[in-house]
Amino acid sequence: MAKLNLLLLLVLVVCALGLVTSQHQARKLFTDLERAQARARELDVEYGRLQLEASTWGLHARVEKVAAGALGMRTPDARRVRVVTLEAAR
Amino acid sequence: MSATAALVRLPVWRARMVMCVLLAAFGVLAARTLYLQSMRTEFLQEKGQARYSRVLEIPGTRGRVLERNGEALAISTPVQSVWAIPGDVDANGPQLQELARLLGVEARELRKRFADTTRDFVYLKRQIAPEQAEQVARLGLAGIYQHREYRRYYPGGEVTAHVVGFTGVDEAGQEGVELAFQASLGGTPGSRRVIKDRLGQVVEDVESIRAAQDGQDLTLAIDGKIQSLAFAALKSAVAAHKAKAGALVAIDVRTGEVLALANLPSFNPNNRARLSGAQLRNRVLTDTFEPGSTLKPFTVALALEQGKVNPGSLVSSGRESLRIAGYTIRDPHPDGTVNVAQVIQRSSNVGAAKLALSLQREDLWRMFERAGFGALPQLGFPGEAAGKLRPAATWRPVEQATMAYGHGISVSLMQLARAYTMFARDGELIPVTLLKSTQAAAGTRVLSARTARAVRGMLELAVQPGGTAPRARIMGWRVAGKTGTAHKQENGGYAADKYIASFVGLAPASEPRLVIAVMIDEPSAGQYYGGVVAAPVFSQVAQGALRLLNVPHDAPLEPVPLPGEGEEAREST
Repeated sequence: MAKLNLLLLLVLVVCALGLVTSQHQARKLFTDLERAQARARELDVEYGRLQLEASTWGLHARVEKVAAGALGMRTPDARRVRVVTLEAAR
Repeated sequence: MSATAALVRLPVWRARMVMCVLLAAFGVLAARTLYLQSMRTEFLQEKGQARYSRVLEIPGTRGRVLERNGEALAISTPVQSVWAIPGDVDANGPQLQELARLLGVEARELRKRFADTTRDFVYLKRQIAPEQAEQVARLGLAGIYQHREYRRYYPGGEVTAHVVGFTGVDEAGQEGVELAFQASLGGTPGSRRVIKDRLGQVVEDVESIRAAQDGQDLTLAIDGKIQSLAFAALKSAVAAHKAKAGALVAIDVRTGEVLALANLPSFNPNNRARLSGAQLRNRVLTDTFEPGSTLKPFTVALALEQGKVNPGSLVSSGRESLRIAGYTIRDPHPDGTVNVAQVIQRSSNVGAAKLALSLQREDLWRMFERAGFGALPQLGFPGEAAGKLRPAATWRPVEQATMAYGHGISVSLMQLARAYTMFARDGELIPVTLLKSTQAAAGTRVLSARTARAVRGMLELAVQPGGTAPRARIMGWRVAGKTGTAHKQENGGYAADKYIASFVGLAPASEPRLVIAVMIDEPSAGQYYGGVVAAPVFSQVAQGALRLLNVPHDAPLEPVPLPGEGEEAREST
């Protein structure tokens, strides 16, 4: 009887330690998750800002100005454009 | 002093008394425990939890507004708002100066706000850039705090200002699409309960109180390229003709999508410090005007539909005028006989009036009503105007005649453009939408295909030499359209020298893809005819838009000459 009790006590101690360890692990992992989520939010914000920047740089009026001014481009004359119709798509 | 004296028995009552006192003490403790455990347990547990559990706000960000190709038109990004508890602020002169400089406000103004110690919360500056906010935080002043807010940015600026609208400081939609689709765009913040450790780190998620709901992105039908093209064309026309305002709308005939919607004067939605009502008005949707001659095709279509005339029927000798109840309708620029097609080609008022008088007024009313006049265009846009179409029973004969060329009725530019889809779609009127849609629009039949095609043919004549709008032509595509030049209404009468010039066109004429309506308000640089003022805007926008939409050419690629002397018909106003 005493032996069994001792054994049970041992099991109990092991279980208790396991619980503590896993709880600790869980909390650590949770902190990591939390950190990752915060990072995700930050990146999201950054993405929004970059999108904003891209839209601002890519404003059609600006693109046209740069293309016509700095790059010396111009809209091709309609006579120099060939329109190809896809028979399959019609 | 004997040994027995030490053995003197103490009175029993003393021991009993000690025991009673001890028991009573235990009793008190037990009662207290019972009380705390049963009566106050909730309160105490709450207090206990408050030591480690915290409720965190989860922000719900507002959805973006995108144009049809995914380019952003409105985006929310986080900014910081700086606030203070006046009683706690402890800053010396230089610190205050520095704070004022960072925030961009007067130091005097700050001092005034700090002086009012009765308040617990004053904003010092809302919505500053995160970098700026960090500098403020680095000052380390007591009693100054920050919190995160979201601010809406509009990369498209004035070009898309009227469609997109804007939000207030608390991110609630105030104008345009931002207001119309507030329900789906707006995010709802959530909150959750967590356990924090000594260092302030979240160690456990206890429960989610309310899940945060991010707003949904909204993709508009607007095509950024066509929109900026339309805005630029309209802007130069308004400037060249010294006009008070201008408006333009382009509709994709296949889907009913609004590809461009431009208004002038415009405003910068990112900086709305000095806004006037004129800048804010969305003239395409919320303003109505007497359309003038752009309404003639509907009268002609009805006369054709009822079999009363065919395109070649002679309507007027061209020199006659029409007298109805003391009112004379005449064509100021008579130019030979007028048949039905020429009523549209040369925009003859007498011709249109005579056609209208040959019709039942109820039928004419029904035609206008089925074209969508006098009813909301159902775009869900705030402040949409329905225009005015009086019931047929109240029309006097002279009104029936003038209604034929668009007097005594008021419409919005959007209604006008939408009504023209019936000529573009062989008799079907389609619903229009501001949102991107991939399905072909389901139209309702208003005219027979034969009539619609016949009117389209007449509209094409109007842009040929001899019509009112040869300047609407473009190289490589056939176009069709109708001009309008109407005196402006003022104080219940017509102003003699104020006009509204308009043009509604279809392109390409062989198989229309676009309906574009242009309106120029009070052109005052000498020219005021729709064919001279508004038609060139149509031409520029249609040319660019057809190219951008990859529409195949249906006309030879020869440069379109400007109309020569006498090739441009003068319109009746």
